[in-house]
Amino acid sequence: MEVDGKYIVGLRHSKLRDTSISVFSSVISAFIGLIVGFLLMLFAMIFTNGANAFAGLGIMFAGPFNGTYVALEFGNMIFYSVPIIFTGLSITLAYKTGLFNIGAPGQFFMGTLGCLLVALNINTVGNRFLGILVWILAIIVGLIFGMIWGSLAGLLKAFFGINEVIASIMLNWISANIVTWVFSLNSSIINSDAGKSGYLIKTAQTGNFSPSLGLDQLFSGGTSKSYLDIGIIFAILMCVIVWVLLNKTTIGYSMKACGSNREAAKYAGINDKKNIIFAMTFAGGLAALGGCFYFLNPNIEFAFNSAYQNLPAWGFNGIPVAFLANCHPLGVLVSALFVRYLNSSGTYLPVAGYNQYFADIIIAVIIYLSGFTRFFKERIDRFVLRREEKRAQASKEIEGVVAEVTSKKEPNAFVKFFINAKDYVVHLFNKIFKREKKTSENEVVVEKKEETEGGDK
Amino acid sequence: MDIFVILIQSTILYAIPLMVVGLGGVFSERSGIINLALEGEMIFGAFIGAIFTKLIVQANPALATSQWLYILGMLISAASGSLFSLLLSFSAIKFKADQTIGGTALNMLAPAIVCTFGLLIFSSEKVVSNANFVIISSSYGPGMQAAMENDFFGPILKILFDKMFISTYICIAIFVVLTLWLYNSKIGTHLRACGEHPQAADSVGINVFRMRYLGTSIGGALAGLGGFVYIATCAATTAESGVAGLGFLALAIMIFGNWNPLFISLGAILFGFLKCLGVLYMQIPFLKALGLPLYFYNIVPYVVVLIVLIITRKKSGCPKAEGIPYDKGAR
Repeated sequence: MEVDGKYIVGLRHSKLRDTSISVFSSVISAFIGLIVGFLLMLFAMIFTNGANAFAGLGIMFAGPFNGTYVALEFGNMIFYSVPIIFTGLSITLAYKTGLFNIGAPGQFFMGTLGCLLVALNINTVGNRFLGILVWILAIIVGLIFGMIWGSLAGLLKAFFGINEVIASIMLNWISANIVTWVFSLNSSIINSDAGKSGYLIKTAQTGNFSPSLGLDQLFSGGTSKSYLDIGIIFAILMCVIVWVLLNKTTIGYSMKACGSNREAAKYAGINDKKNIIFAMTFAGGLAALGGCFYFLNPNIEFAFNSAYQNLPAWGFNGIPVAFLANCHPLGVLVSALFVRYLNSSGTYLPVAGYNQYFADIIIAVIIYLSGFTRFFKERIDRFVLRREEKRAQASKEIEGVVAEVTSKKEPNAFVKFFINAKDYVVHLFNKIFKREKKTSENEVVVEKKEETEGGDK
Repeated sequence: MDIFVILIQSTILYAIPLMVVGLGGVFSERSGIINLALEGEMIFGAFIGAIFTKLIVQANPALATSQWLYILGMLISAASGSLFSLLLSFSAIKFKADQTIGGTALNMLAPAIVCTFGLLIFSSEKVVSNANFVIISSSYGPGMQAAMENDFFGPILKILFDKMFISTYICIAIFVVLTLWLYNSKIGTHLRACGEHPQAADSVGINVFRMRYLGTSIGGALAGLGGFVYIATCAATTAESGVAGLGFLALAIMIFGNWNPLFISLGAILFGFLKCLGVLYMQIPFLKALGLPLYFYNIVPYVVVLIVLIITRKKSGCPKAEGIPYDKGAR
């Protein structure tokens, strides 16, 4: 893409620019998703009398601010985002290595199995210090269980060439059955209170629960505390660790090389088998930690009896979280919180006459649109190219010389991208509302020139 | 003896949706689009089919066992599955979106739609259509009934015609016809070429985009059909926000069958047999005597699939250009 020998700066690809494009398209897709949700609510007014689409949209925007106790709602929102941060990270890590880890639900279950077997079978009530030790042990056991489960898929892929998707789906259901099987044999930890069936006891009963560090008190409202505990700190820490691993270490680099082109990486002397096994083991551990930190909370109980029929939603929800973040480890944190933000408004939607599943539809639409990054990128590139061409043309007409596009001191890629994006949005806005400026003659020339060129590249 | 008749009957009922949906996956993946949305398409097809049958049965309860209604329901669910899959192909082809994201989004969207509109229209998260399409032995003439009691070929007749759904035979016919069409017709060959090497296909004048739309739409239609057949045969014609993970299993069976319809049908039957054995083991004397719990038999099919994969590992039949958006400029 050259204009009279001058490379157009706006089209130069940089990492920063790619990141800003994915941020931009995520924001755009979130925006369009909410509009689609609004239209759907308008449509649904046909079925339900008294429903109010404007109030519904307001509730969707407000998220946890709908509640009487905003801090409490916020604390719970953060708590419920912890498991999907971990599973999202698990899927991110595997995806960067070129693997689609659909086995996160199974690894999540194995983590739950490991940690609850330890935490519920050892009674340390009354001794908080021992309780913390057992809690740490429980997490380590859960982590190891998950890592073993993840590595199985990696081993099958590396040594037997079995597609990781099929191996993971099979391992998911195997683990689901193992979980119910093992817990049903372990009758001492089953909650046998009246009216309870199919649940395990809470970790609060054996004293081995996650410390809250006062976070539950900080995010409390009225007489009740939120569920928030130390899990979120570990989740944030893990996001950073995965980011460092992927971007600042040799192993991370070779993993990404495997992900982008396995054959080329092999040719360059990278041990692809080692990388696949490592990535799946690490990913399995991450998903398992999600299960550990969720179920070690003193308020959460595990429904073991139905586990073998339903794979845990936390595992599958990691997939959209990872993709919404465009598989960026730090983005996973933001996107998990965002998904839970929208989800938390679900319970308030009946106020406006809608059921809570509207929030799910809106989230699904946002995920759907977040795949359009490449489309946005091409559009913005084309827009920038056309604008630069117009400028070059105009300056040719007036001064008779080509504009020295490259000689100008350019702002950095991030800033420049947002200038371009802003111009593009203004351009779209003008186009929609027919506020296009009168086309001058030389612009027509440019249009014709482009048409004859056909597919650029 | 009766238990084996029941075992084979239930194996067939379980394997048929797996086969059909697996073939749906083949159509879209052979054209070059990863169809992770099989589960969502099944749920959506089952949902629309259940709404249709529910409305008809409400208007005229006498039609609750009508086979024509069943056939119409299958057609409508196939059409709706196909329409739903357009969301995937549109994002994957027109917008060059990551196909895994599109599939994931559709898998989230379908249950959300079922729950939302189920609650809105019928004030329930399930759509119970009260239709029952099974054909039992008493609906045949006395000659047939006597033949079914015959010691020698009675069981075979029972397997074929007693407690039977016409969908079984329709689906087998569709499976055979579409497989032959995919491998022997001109359009079928074009479609497969687009999944292997779209640039080469384009250079001989095949419209890659159109072929990919076609492949995904046929895949979506088969998935929608499979979803409706599944709820009609195994879930009392009740549409819910899930199909017991059958969509993902069909995806797994498709990979297990190495993207080849013949192996997919064999894989579906093997898997269905082991799965039904796990459900019916209490009625089989020598398995009951072993005293193993239900969970053990539940695990067996999945382990067997993995073992078979390890033993028969061979060159993957995965279409080469699968998952890569077609770019005319890139050669």
